[in-house]
Amino acid sequence: MMSWLPENVSTYGGEVDSLFYLIYYITGATFILVTVTLLAFLVLYRRREGRRATYSHGNTTLEIIWTVVPAIILVVLSFMSQASWARIKSHAPPGDVEVQVTSKQFNWEMLYPGPDRKFGTADDLMLENELHVPVGKIVRVYLRSKDVIHSFFLPNLRLKQDSVPGREILAWFEATKPGKYEIPCAELCGFGHSGMKGWLTVHPADEYEKWVKERWPSS
Amino acid sequence: MAESSTAVATGQAVHIHHEELGFWRTYVFSTDHKMIGRQFLFLGLFMMVLGGLLALMLRWQLAWPETQIPGLGWVPEPFMYDGAMGPEFYNAVFTMHATIMIFFVVMPILVGCFGNFLIPLMIGARDMAFPVLNMLSFWVGVVAGVVMLAGFFVPGGHAAGGWTSYAPLTAVPQYTGVNWGQNLWIISLMILGISSLMGSINYITTIINMRAPGMTFFRLPLVIWSLFIVAILLLLALPVLTSALAMLLFDRTLGTSFFLPAGGGEPLLWQHLFWFFGHPEVYILILPAMGVASDILAVFARKPIFGYRAMAFSMIAIAFLSWVVWGHHMFQSGMNPALGTGFMISTMVIAVPSAIKTFNWLGTLWRGSIRFTTPMLNALAFVSMFVIGGLSGIFMASTPVDIFIHDTYYIVAHIHYVVFGGSVFGIFAAISYWFPKMFGRLMNETLGKIHFWLTFVAFNGTFFPMHILGVGGHMRRIYNPLQYEFLKPLQPINVFITISALVLGSAQLILVVNFFWSLFAGKRAERNPWQANTLEWTVPSPPPHGNFETIPVVHGGPYEYSPPGVPADYLPQTQPRVPHLAAAH
Repeated sequence: MMSWLPENVSTYGGEVDSLFYLIYYITGATFILVTVTLLAFLVLYRRREGRRATYSHGNTTLEIIWTVVPAIILVVLSFMSQASWARIKSHAPPGDVEVQVTSKQFNWEMLYPGPDRKFGTADDLMLENELHVPVGKIVRVYLRSKDVIHSFFLPNLRLKQDSVPGREILAWFEATKPGKYEIPCAELCGFGHSGMKGWLTVHPADEYEKWVKERWPSS
Repeated sequence: MAESSTAVATGQAVHIHHEELGFWRTYVFSTDHKMIGRQFLFLGLFMMVLGGLLALMLRWQLAWPETQIPGLGWVPEPFMYDGAMGPEFYNAVFTMHATIMIFFVVMPILVGCFGNFLIPLMIGARDMAFPVLNMLSFWVGVVAGVVMLAGFFVPGGHAAGGWTSYAPLTAVPQYTGVNWGQNLWIISLMILGISSLMGSINYITTIINMRAPGMTFFRLPLVIWSLFIVAILLLLALPVLTSALAMLLFDRTLGTSFFLPAGGGEPLLWQHLFWFFGHPEVYILILPAMGVASDILAVFARKPIFGYRAMAFSMIAIAFLSWVVWGHHMFQSGMNPALGTGFMISTMVIAVPSAIKTFNWLGTLWRGSIRFTTPMLNALAFVSMFVIGGLSGIFMASTPVDIFIHDTYYIVAHIHYVVFGGSVFGIFAAISYWFPKMFGRLMNETLGKIHFWLTFVAFNGTFFPMHILGVGGHMRRIYNPLQYEFLKPLQPINVFITISALVLGSAQLILVVNFFWSLFAGKRAERNPWQANTLEWTVPSPPPHGNFETIPVVHGGPYEYSPPGVPADYLPQTQPRVPHLAAAH
């Protein structure tokens, strides 16, 4: 099943995938254990002439074991998850590239601050559905919405963040490999939700500089 | 001959007044809990057909986008274009599929039908505490259903914002182009809430006050425990949903701004309110099925339920915890991530009581003497499919993993493993088990087994691959996967799922045939065809008005199967205990 995960090109994607795999192995082992036990019981204890069922109301020791062991596993999983969660969602590092992404029915508006790195000035540039970033640099995305809730989803970057009208929400990523990646909207936003997508282009360093020079010739 | 009893059910001598009632008071506006239970069953089964057909339409569109769906050429534009779906209609169809299945199928059948039918019988009462209120709860539910179905026929089409109906999408008609459809959706659910509240009041009062002598709480069958707990959850959760629905309706029609930032409102408020109801709601959907599974496993393993008190307390724990996990639906919503951490921990913890129950079900089978009847097969499927659904939930509980799988088909897979794999197999188990008591005839075992196996295989063929789609990043609620380059390699999986779904849908015809054929021509059922212990099996099939000749006296627990010193392998609750057993229960 896990072979279907899209290629990870995100610096924090490895942590997400590791947790994914860990949970996959734990739940997989549990599933096999429970299913094999179930099938064994169904075969071993099917009705047979002359054999009466065992009159037992339970076993307190077993109850304690199968309460405590799952509880420990699950609480440990929570603590293991927390560090990555905080890193990805709460502590966006200072960025090299900043873009304001405003979602609307049914497009992404990418606003680049330009060489002065300030939004709301003359050198700002707005592109629809095109997000251009350099490889290996931290990108900070300021998410807004003009109308309804949308969701900024970058599968290969292991990033998803809802954009909510009335708020600005900061998300960040750092791509490890050049390429073109789709940016689907991942929250039902109306009849045009399906097909609402942008393109993230991760440029190698020199190509990114070329792209910047093309867009802002005077810089 | 139609009769009713105006008896008050107590352990003392009872005056039963029998009057002749006409057709309407017997079959339509009956105040007999058993008839009302049957009515809820027919409502739920009818809606299940509709909800299932809607799902098949969605699956057709996903496998073969924008092609003509056979048999639907008559649907007019702008809903369908010569039998092919448009995106607006697609959104309405998945909204209505989920709404109907949750509110008009699973709840009416598990809570409305089996709650009504079983509670008085299993506790030893003649009827519910409030029979007229009971009758009203069904008919108010029918009104809600009519209002909901009306939404299909209004200009602008039906609600299309998902069954979760997030604002602001649903708070402003212009955002979806849907006007009266969404309003009717809201109004219908407000009416249905009234129906459920009436039922809750009845169930809680009846279980607390009308148990027969000797029927202590810890001698109640687990299905009654589950229905009691569910009635309390409904009582507390529905007012929150109703309030949220009212706010949404006001935003839509009265110019308020509860959820609209332009007017000072907060979109996330809708999510908090909806999910504060919504999470207890999904436990409302699963708990009765857990109760059913416990009862049926014990009967057909001929063994007491393993860990009865743990089973009761774990259901109570699930109910308590269900109030503090709602934010796990909102991890990526823009809510403060620190809250996400809290909800992650509570969500991981709520898996523990479900794990306890699973191990106790296995313990019930251990060293049993297992009969593979249709109810037993369905109950076993419940256990194993619920395990898969529960385990997949752990992925979502981990907030970083949820970043990726939120709003993908991984979630859709999880939902269907717990609600179909869990609740619906529980429904199939309950129907085949209590059909003889409800209708006085047995269902056909051969048809029951064929239906079971086809359903089980096709169910897994339909929903297991959805985990793979989700891992691949396939979003949910999209109309055409081929619009995305990265989803094109996954498309053969979509086709496989649709074909399985068509088999799954077709297999249900066997249940329809079995149900109706057995209703009229099934073998007549005796009082206790399954040799079970609980009180409903001490009365005729079907039971008469007033249920019991005399109110029974209960001497022991519901799961005394294969007790030593008893020649039979069961000991009904009404029978005095064998001396060495008397002290224990």
